[in-house]
Amino acid sequence: MIALSDYLILGAILFGISVAGIFLNRKNVIILLMSIELMLLAVNINFIAFSHYLNDLAGQVFVFFILTVAAAESAIGLAIIIVLFRRRNTINIQDLDSLKG
Amino acid sequence: MTFEQLAFYFLASVAVISAMMVVTVRNPVRAALFLILTFFTVACIWLLLEAEFLAIVLVLVYVGAVMVLFLFVVMMLDIDIDQLREGFGEYLPIGATVAVIILLQLAIVLSSGPFEIDQMPAPAAASAEYGNTHQLGLLIYTYYVYPFELAAVLLLLAIVAAISLGLRGRVSSKKQKPDEQVRVRKKDRLRIVKMNAEKQD
Repeated sequence: MIALSDYLILGAILFGISVAGIFLNRKNVIILLMSIELMLLAVNINFIAFSHYLNDLAGQVFVFFILTVAAAESAIGLAIIIVLFRRRNTINIQDLDSLKG
Repeated sequence: MTFEQLAFYFLASVAVISAMMVVTVRNPVRAALFLILTFFTVACIWLLLEAEFLAIVLVLVYVGAVMVLFLFVVMMLDIDIDQLREGFGEYLPIGATVAVIILLQLAIVLSSGPFEIDQMPAPAAASAEYGNTHQLGLLIYTYYVYPFELAAVLLLLAIVAAISLGLRGRVSSKKQKPDEQVRVRKKDRLRIVKMNAEKQD
């Protein structure tokens, strides 16, 4: 039988990969958004694994809401990227310094 | 090794390899395609966990809608890949270090005992009449109905925000521009013509 820890470690590996992805692709906003999606997916694996092993559907309801929020987030994020590209003609994070922070 | 274990380890390795490809591959279009593969594989893993509804939702919503949106944006923007790739190797050591540390910490906690098969045995497989979608629907439409409505409002908000961000006013639209109306001066509108008086019959 597959232990719960197997699923949890799979989620941890995916989470670690996406953290590394955020460090690696510091200039490309699109890959950054993809890494965030991957992170949310890793968390969702944990929720569903616990929901299955504890026989409690509440975990799946949580995943349902996380999926909703993540879809909204990526839609707005991509819209922001399009506006950005229209104004600055680039999506390089290094060039986005108009606030001079 | 049972078929279930075989399927799990195969799917898990595919998911991990494709997730690695997402963050390391050169071309953003390929990254999006590998992300689709990751989502699809994880949906299969969710099927192993008897979460059929969410597995199908993941394929429909993520693979069908969100990833198509990603591909659309990646292909629409004319991105200079070489410029975005510079400094990729520069952050590799620190990125890999942080990821490995996170992974080690989680692995130590997760494999320390309470989540092993003897502490937390797998539940018996559900009977053929059990419907995951039915049970989830019963829960969402009764106990979680208020958060569910809020999620609907959130999606509406996302629609309005995405449209208003992407909207570019039409050049030919005939709408009032109050700022220009206020700024108008007499000489813009009125032309005084000098001419001789003419006799009326």
